[in-house]
Amino acid sequence: MARKKIREYDGKRIVARHIVKRKNVKLGGAGANVASPKHCLNAAQVSASAVEAAVSAEAFYNKLANEQPWLLETKLVVKPDMLFGKRGKNNLVLLNADYATAQKFIADKIGTEVDVSGVKGTLTTFLIEPFVPHKEEYYLSIQTVREGDRLSFGACGGIEIEDNWDKVKSVTVPSGEPEIDSLLDHEKHVAPLLEGTDIPAESKQVLASFIVACYETYVELDMTMLEMNPFALDEQGLPAILDSRVELDSYASFKNAKLWGPDLELPEPWGRQKCEEERIIQAMDDRSGASMKLSVLNPEGRMWTMVAGGGASVIYADQVVQLGFGDELGNYAEYSGNPKEQETYMYARTLLNLVTRNPDGKRRSLICGGGVANFSDIAATLGGLQQALTDFHGKLQMAKVKVFVRRGGPNYKAGLQLMRDLGNNLDIPIEVYGPDTNMTHIVSLGIRWIKEGH
Amino acid sequence: MVASTMMSTSAAAEAGALFSRKTTAIFYNYKKNPIQRMLDFDFICARAEPSVAAIVSPGATPGGFQKAFFGKEEVAIPVYGSTEAAAAAHPSSDVFINFASYRSAYSSSYVALKQPSIRTIAIIAEGVPERDTKKLITYANRNSKVIIGPATVGGVQAGAFKIGDTAGTVENIITCKLHRPGSVGFVSKSGGLSNEMYNVLARVTDGLYEGIAVGGDAYAGSGLADHVLRYQSMDEVKLVVLLGELGGSDEYGVVEGLKDGRIKKPVVAWVSGTCANWFNAAEVQFGHAGAKSGGEDEGAEAKNNALRDAGAHVPENFDGFADLIASVYQDMVKDGSLKPAEDVEPPNLPQDLASAIKAGEVRKTTNIVCTISNDMGEEPTYVGIPISEIMKDYTMGDVISLLWFKTLFPKWATKFIELVLVTAADHGPCVSGAHNTIVAARAGKDLISSLCSGLLTIGPRFGGAVDAAAINFKRACDSQIPPDEFVESLKKKGQRVEGIGHRIKTAENRDKRVELLANYAKQHFPEMGTFLYAKKVEEYTLQKANNLVLNIDGAIGSLFADMLKGVGKYSDSEVMEVLELGGLNGLFTLSRSIGFIGHALDQKRMKQPLYRHPWDDVLYAEPERPSRLANGEDEE
Repeated sequence: MARKKIREYDGKRIVARHIVKRKNVKLGGAGANVASPKHCLNAAQVSASAVEAAVSAEAFYNKLANEQPWLLETKLVVKPDMLFGKRGKNNLVLLNADYATAQKFIADKIGTEVDVSGVKGTLTTFLIEPFVPHKEEYYLSIQTVREGDRLSFGACGGIEIEDNWDKVKSVTVPSGEPEIDSLLDHEKHVAPLLEGTDIPAESKQVLASFIVACYETYVELDMTMLEMNPFALDEQGLPAILDSRVELDSYASFKNAKLWGPDLELPEPWGRQKCEEERIIQAMDDRSGASMKLSVLNPEGRMWTMVAGGGASVIYADQVVQLGFGDELGNYAEYSGNPKEQETYMYARTLLNLVTRNPDGKRRSLICGGGVANFSDIAATLGGLQQALTDFHGKLQMAKVKVFVRRGGPNYKAGLQLMRDLGNNLDIPIEVYGPDTNMTHIVSLGIRWIKEGH
Repeated sequence: MVASTMMSTSAAAEAGALFSRKTTAIFYNYKKNPIQRMLDFDFICARAEPSVAAIVSPGATPGGFQKAFFGKEEVAIPVYGSTEAAAAAHPSSDVFINFASYRSAYSSSYVALKQPSIRTIAIIAEGVPERDTKKLITYANRNSKVIIGPATVGGVQAGAFKIGDTAGTVENIITCKLHRPGSVGFVSKSGGLSNEMYNVLARVTDGLYEGIAVGGDAYAGSGLADHVLRYQSMDEVKLVVLLGELGGSDEYGVVEGLKDGRIKKPVVAWVSGTCANWFNAAEVQFGHAGAKSGGEDEGAEAKNNALRDAGAHVPENFDGFADLIASVYQDMVKDGSLKPAEDVEPPNLPQDLASAIKAGEVRKTTNIVCTISNDMGEEPTYVGIPISEIMKDYTMGDVISLLWFKTLFPKWATKFIELVLVTAADHGPCVSGAHNTIVAARAGKDLISSLCSGLLTIGPRFGGAVDAAAINFKRACDSQIPPDEFVESLKKKGQRVEGIGHRIKTAENRDKRVELLANYAKQHFPEMGTFLYAKKVEEYTLQKANNLVLNIDGAIGSLFADMLKGVGKYSDSEVMEVLELGGLNGLFTLSRSIGFIGHALDQKRMKQPLYRHPWDDVLYAEPERPSRLANGEDEE
């Protein structure tokens, strides 16, 4: 996956660490503490796993306060840090509290399920920061676009931003070239953002430097999005990041390991807790030169897919939904990039575990589809599938699974023959099609099996 | 909010035809299969020249080449160490096919873009950082270059030129009629689906003219709209087929082009990802990095609708795509705007031996037989036992038993083998092998050379006595020759009694090693016939001189013969056969190598200087200076 959201805690840490390297910028609020390299930021993370790992919750919080004494010295803000927004509107933010109240707030909320804009999930991770008294709030966002990077700034922010989109100004900084960095020009890009606002001149100076520093940090760290909604100037007139979202380009991780820091976490999106099988496939994907993806959509579903190819897999899912079987779609699955036979075998085993888990007397279809491969060895990939199906002989019958295969590409005749032989030898119901059959034809066949049993 | 679709400032849109039957490419980072597939394609297209002119292997020394087949003949493709060198030597090669990894794709692509002769580059790697890709795009657009990819299989112009693995095997290429131009210009993000669509197009139209997979990343070097605009400018393309995908706004470039009249040719389009609404909550990441619906207008449905409104032919779903292409094509044939391309019989491409064998169509004899190990499966095996099992439960002696004798000896026997290995590992620095090793190590030779220098002394006079002793004792014992006759008959032939005699050991002062081995054998061996025979020989020789004891070579040799007999697998004559193979010498060599390596490391560790034998240790005994013999006349 290319663009990855990271936790607000991590986002603020790496942003603060890199902004303060610049001479003309000082941070207020949570970023004020830059003396300690370990805690370059006045921000603390509380996660369910860390609390559980400690002797007691009390011991955990005492240790935390020992490491970061400001927790006892300042008023605090507490909020869940799990990649979803609208926390204020959902009453999930505690403001201007002391450490004890913060702990109680977290204790009440942690482990509970909440619904955010229709997506349910369990709260496990929180962020504690200093409460920063301020007057004006600002909005800043930097986002990657094809031509370069889009900067947006508004002299309004926070919850009201959505009513004030017309006050937000945007400029696009054109993309650089290999030996020419994309230069942020003050006159061309920064000045227009601040123009026409009633921001006092001395604040404008601070804001301009801050915007430049944010942009440079965003570029340096291969971010694809950096949003601060809002940030403010604290009582000393220093920029304080109140609420921020950061998205990184995970493709750049090979060169940014040091800049991002060793302890950076790339968490799952809100609401998605990976099941065991998804974690297995993710781990395989991470290790392999081939690509393997699995998302379970409905464990009780009757329509299961194992489709080769990033493009084809989407089209198969489209077809299932188009034909009115979206509710029955068990998963989205994709494998490509010439996986080894052993990899396909492990992948198929993992998937078959899910497919055969609930033998409830209802019929199921497994769609092993794919286009006409360019270079994947079809006999090898289908060989892996064949082994896995052999292992699940019996379980497949229990769960009333019928297998539909459609594939073409190098060595496909041998591969399709393997699958036909499998059907004959093991008495697994299986239908096999080659490149002269429409790619998605087997989806309607699969649906017919579920509906009519033939 | 409708996506701010940018007017195309892309060089790709203006580029016109990128390839022809004369196009040649520089191939970066040697990969055997894609190159061979390109040349196979060239051959069945009846191209005059192969399409790969040069290979860049970063850092390679100049002058090298890689072989590939061009039809029946092999050709040598020159290999260069840098893109600059390859481009300078092949100024007419204007395509750069970049098979670098995602780590180095950016820098290598930039170097290629800077070469004036290179006009089009295809980046295959998936995982190039977005910002890097954007920089390459900016540079390419400012310098009128075209990037295809990253994260793509490439593209193909039917009958003319093909990038890397595009369209797979020759069989598929012929099925898809890609060996001769048709009338359809095709573009999609996905390489896999491109090939699928080439099949479809061959079924429902006169086939592909050109197809490009732009790649699944968020920012493709050249986009769907760029290539549709390019097809508009190419007379040979009569009909454009577009397969889009949710995410991004590239399809809106086509919408705009249709609306403002820059695109006039019929466009049949489908945007996949209509299922995304079902997954909304789950935030599924599809296989392509760019396939993520950002907003309403990046969704598949919105894009399909926009294309339909702008005048493109859009089916109800993917299943209807082929039929719609067929009907648009048929209409064009009917109204005469498209004259179907003729079918051409492709030349017959000789089959690869490897694939013919795989398909069971030919057979060939093997040149080598191996019966002790196999590395073809999941993990290597030693005589059928997987290495993981060996690592868990087997000892060094067991491994020697397996690999040398293809048998799993009983534990007492493999333990004996290990005892021998331990016993014979070293015998001090003065024996000839160790001395040679030391001299070589001190001459600055590497470890292997030093070791070999020592090993080369092993033979009839040093170490090799074990084999001979075993064979002699065993043969005499089996033929029941009395020990005295045995000794005397050797003496008559002028041969030593191998295994008898020691520099310092005597009847009173026995060799401890011999005693220990004998004790072990007494406790564990089922029989010790050869050893007892050797002892009787010793009894006789001791009458001649006090130091003619059974030495360590004789003990190891005779006991080893008894061990082989004792494992119960071999008859007496089979034991002789095993001994005559020289396995015992092997045991000595293996064991003593440990010592030699030790000596070599020891000398190196101490940084000992070159060894020079002292003068005073040499008796200089030169004869008088000879005068030239004068037998026969020298020619003058």
